Amino acid sequence: MYAQLIKADTSQREEDAARTQAFQRRIDAGEKIEPKDWMPEGYRRTLIRQIGQHAHSEIVGQLPEGNWISRAPTLERKTILLAKVQDEAGHGLYLYCAAETLGVSRDEMTEMLLDERMKYSSIFNYPTLTWADMGAVGWLVDGAAIMNQVPLQRTSYGPYARAMIRICKEESFHQRQGFDIMNQLAKGTPAQKTMAQNALDRFWYPALMMFGPPDSDSVHSEQNMAWKIKMNGNDELRQKFVDLTVPQAEYLGLTIPDETLQWNEEKGGYDFAGPDWGEFFDVIKGNGPCNKERLEARRKAWEDGAWVRDGLLAHAKKKARRAAQEAA
Amino acid sequence: MTSPKDDSSSTNPQAPQPVNQLANQPTSQNEWPLWEVFIRGQHGMSHRHFGSLHAANAEMAIKNARDVYTRRNEGVSIWVVQANDITASSPSDKGPLYEPAEDKVYRHPSFYKIPDDIGAM
Repeated sequence: MYAQLIKADTSQREEDAARTQAFQRRIDAGEKIEPKDWMPEGYRRTLIRQIGQHAHSEIVGQLPEGNWISRAPTLERKTILLAKVQDEAGHGLYLYCAAETLGVSRDEMTEMLLDERMKYSSIFNYPTLTWADMGAVGWLVDGAAIMNQVPLQRTSYGPYARAMIRICKEESFHQRQGFDIMNQLAKGTPAQKTMAQNALDRFWYPALMMFGPPDSDSVHSEQNMAWKIKMNGNDELRQKFVDLTVPQAEYLGLTIPDETLQWNEEKGGYDFAGPDWGEFFDVIKGNGPCNKERLEARRKAWEDGAWVRDGLLAHAKKKARRAAQEAA
Repeated sequence: MTSPKDDSSSTNPQAPQPVNQLANQPTSQNEWPLWEVFIRGQHGMSHRHFGSLHAANAEMAIKNARDVYTRRNEGVSIWVVQANDITASSPSDKGPLYEPAEDKVYRHPSFYKIPDDIGAM
């Protein structure tokens, strides 16, 4: 997902057991935890990692799509793509705000991304080679993201839940515009249909990876479930995604690149092949097709923007000082 | 004209550091100030807290708030206020602040039994 492999931080020191129990009771009762409320250190640190990773994914996720803004096939498609990429920036900002309430600064988070102490979703390390990839990204990548984000609207941390509510409201436009691109290409010339099929072939397995490794290999998720930071198992969401997406592909007349794909009457869902988890861990480690390019783009943006940040910071400090002098 | 460098080095070290009472730490001294954003969704409604953002001054905060929080006509009016200027009640004051209201049921109309014969009141 946009936040993958989030391990529960259980390194908390001897914390007041009674307080921890009372905290868990609040979560069990469905109460939201707010920034100034007491919380276990592990809960706070795990959330910073998860929300931070989610925020970074929104920001880095602008790169593969920004790649196509200047080459969109029509002015209408261009304005739509611009709006979508702008939304991703907004989503990143909502999430950074939520993470900041946990006591981490925006700059610290950015630095952790740039020196690779924090990650972003593996999906954005894949290239977007043709216009059809804009369709596949919206349809599959945003579709997979929605699957995970809808339950997170009920997560226990108030600012995170509220950010997710806003994001979910905006996200469904993203998926629909992607499906719309695929639909138009699939109904177009044979060459256009081939483009759509190739995009589906490229993005199918990376999209399945977004849900994270199989639950059987996913340690640490129990604590995150108890804290209501993680709401569903990885396999459960992946199954749901496949079950919803296969009929959509059939409608488009496109073929899911999985020969083993078959409806299983008994479980009421599809049997399907999992992605290559070796590839997944390799991409997470930094060896995906675009890891270097993405981080270099972020580093360049950060460094090129330094003079603007510094100049306006000086302006803000000057204003604050003058206000203080006037008040004195 | 003062250069930016002079400005930052002349910050009075004696001045109390502003503290953000809404979150867990003072905002970083190396970031643009944090602003809380309040938006009136429709005419006739009150402004509601939408979130926060960083900006160098109030004008920029309003412009950023427009881009971040009202991309789909969510607002007809925006307020921004520096987070450090907000005084917030503390979660530990919850008892002393709100418990006194709990046993004053007579403040609600449902406390009073009005005979059926009286009709709507």
